[in-house]
Amino acid sequence: MDEYVIKGGRVIDETGERFADVAVRDGVVVAVGPELHGSRTLDASGCVVAPGLVDLHTHLRQPGKEEAETVETGSRAAALGGYTAVLAMPNTTPTIDGAAVVREVQELGRGALCDVEVSGAITVGRAGEALAPMAEMAELGVRIFTDDGTGVQDTRLMRRALEYASGLGVTLAQHCEDSALSEGTCMHEGEWSSRLGLPGQPAEAEELMVMRDIALVRLTGARMHFLHLSTAGSVAMVAAAKSSGLPITAEAAPHHFTLTDACCASYDATFKVHPPLRTEADVAAVRAGLADGSIDAIATDHAPHPAHEKERPFDQAPPGMLGLEYALALAITELGLDLAQVLALLSWRPARIAGIADRHGGPVGEGRPANLCVIDPDATWTIEAGGGASRSSNVPYVGRQVRGRVRHTIRSGEVVVLDGEAQR
Amino acid sequence: MRHLLSIDELERGEVEELLDLTDHFVEVNRRSIPKVPALRGKTVVSLFFEDSTRTRLSFETAARRLSADTMTFSVGTSSVKKGESVRDTVETLSAFGVDAFVVRHRSSGVPWQIRSWTDAAVVNGGDGWHQHPTQALIDSYTIRSHFGSLEGRHVAIVGDVKHSRVARSDVAAFTKLGATVTLVAPPTLLPPSLAGWPVQVSHDLDAVLGDLDVCYLLRMQQERMTEALVPSLREYTASYGLTARRADRLGEDALIMHPGPMNRGVEIAPEATDRPNAVITEQVANGVSVRMAVLFRLLGSGSQLAVFDDSGAGPDT
Repeated sequence: MDEYVIKGGRVIDETGERFADVAVRDGVVVAVGPELHGSRTLDASGCVVAPGLVDLHTHLRQPGKEEAETVETGSRAAALGGYTAVLAMPNTTPTIDGAAVVREVQELGRGALCDVEVSGAITVGRAGEALAPMAEMAELGVRIFTDDGTGVQDTRLMRRALEYASGLGVTLAQHCEDSALSEGTCMHEGEWSSRLGLPGQPAEAEELMVMRDIALVRLTGARMHFLHLSTAGSVAMVAAAKSSGLPITAEAAPHHFTLTDACCASYDATFKVHPPLRTEADVAAVRAGLADGSIDAIATDHAPHPAHEKERPFDQAPPGMLGLEYALALAITELGLDLAQVLALLSWRPARIAGIADRHGGPVGEGRPANLCVIDPDATWTIEAGGGASRSSNVPYVGRQVRGRVRHTIRSGEVVVLDGEAQR
Repeated sequence: MRHLLSIDELERGEVEELLDLTDHFVEVNRRSIPKVPALRGKTVVSLFFEDSTRTRLSFETAARRLSADTMTFSVGTSSVKKGESVRDTVETLSAFGVDAFVVRHRSSGVPWQIRSWTDAAVVNGGDGWHQHPTQALIDSYTIRSHFGSLEGRHVAIVGDVKHSRVARSDVAAFTKLGATVTLVAPPTLLPPSLAGWPVQVSHDLDAVLGDLDVCYLLRMQQERMTEALVPSLREYTASYGLTARRADRLGEDALIMHPGPMNRGVEIAPEATDRPNAVITEQVANGVSVRMAVLFRLLGSGSQLAVFDDSGAGPDT
């Protein structure tokens, strides 16, 4: 399908919304307007045509943990979720902390169903001791560096990393967690951890590092992205720092605006995640931050784990949950925002943070790469067990009724999802 | 009642029913041959992922006195050491035909997971810091046998509440049965949040001593020192230990209790354990009867109860 017209939809992008057909040829949008005709059509009646979604936080698990996910399966889940680009996290085995592993993942990404952008580690082996060769990775196109899974604990090293990164024009992204307060914990510390007899980490474990890193951004002038903010205090600090003009961006994960620590009462480790599920007040603050723009983007923190690992005792099971196929519907259903606001959080703002706005998230206009998704915003459905296209099935939303479904996903002109079915 | 995982899952009436049933088994245990055929043909497996000889033997003795067959699974000698998962272990053992699992695990919540993997009844023999319901029944039974009821009684639970499954279960059981509970501990040894706990809190043992019907001491574990939760055992004992001097200040009828094993000289002075109102060995003795009641309640039937109810002297303690 090299040439076709997406017919009958309502186009929503950063410039506004209008009813228009979209003609695509050879991977590029060639026309946007009323009553376009082509030899082939893709039905979009009753649907919204938008720039493809961009996920800033995806664990594809390859190389090293192919039993949980591969670039292929993860990218299929992404495409089904409306994503045309994902940022692969570097906590693989081996760690993505040098040119060789960057190249390996980029190579794997060539066969994927969406663009696979690669992030690199800030420190060698994510061990928090020595800077990883950021320049050599930046040379290969890496734009985001993070030790995600853990925060860089050493303040002096983090300062140097920020200074060095600013010289390369790349962005550091921090998983904020003070390990002195979080080590050995498996959920949020509070009423529920006390009752359940599980070791918890206080909100302050995250907030201390948010506070420190805001100070380091002020000191260095370097750009910084905060991963998966989960507490009311973090949201407030980031909002204040941004309004004082610091070059800061932030994301929140779908589970942090939908689920609370009360879910852990089942002792089902599907609900174990880092940062942990917090209180209702924190969920409300994350929602408010997404609504008022204090938080720039929704990022899934899609973290597949095989069932047998998630069946270990709660305190021993690995943290993380799936998100790629659910983020859009959860955002539409739960946040009470206009669709344009939801798409800003899921598409054009994260595209800009990832440094890929030239290809993703841009206006649906003539001459732009055809990275698009077609969404039925009114379709209701029930999230099922099984995990969809992922190799794993750690879905914390099973049985939940949601609204908004991806109908088609188009990546560089290729229709990778047609009527909700992955095409390869 | 299909399982016994947590005191929280029981109504007050169900707790009282178990304590009433315990009376019958106390009587059985006084007989020259303390054995009844109530659970003949049933299989009870003690699934102990954490060593606890006392609790395991207490459960196994209870099962045998009910004429159940018993199997023991402990980590030291098992395939868990070879990497077998809890689920595989449970499913493998279930395939032998198991009627009840008694589970002990160092991680909170494991009995809940096991419940979803087997059709057998599951008895929580202690999970992490979370629950130890049979200990709470033992403690409630012991208090009840001295005072007739827990209604209106004042119990202090002293020590490391934060890491204590006994404390969590005792709080639930004692308050359900009408007692008032005061937790006495330094803030570092209390749970981070007590929201929803029907308890009072004190950091001053001396201030509450005179008002107590029960002084319940928790075991103070050595490793708490390395976590900087208290500066030293010496300081802990000085502030929160039941010393001989403090034991003197307890009311004449006030009970001294401890779930064992004790650190003599740390949370409790040797002189205190020797007092007539120290009922620590009574707690142990009641353990078998309570666990017989629990296993009978889960696996037996009312008609079988008559088999031994008629055969001996009544429960006239």
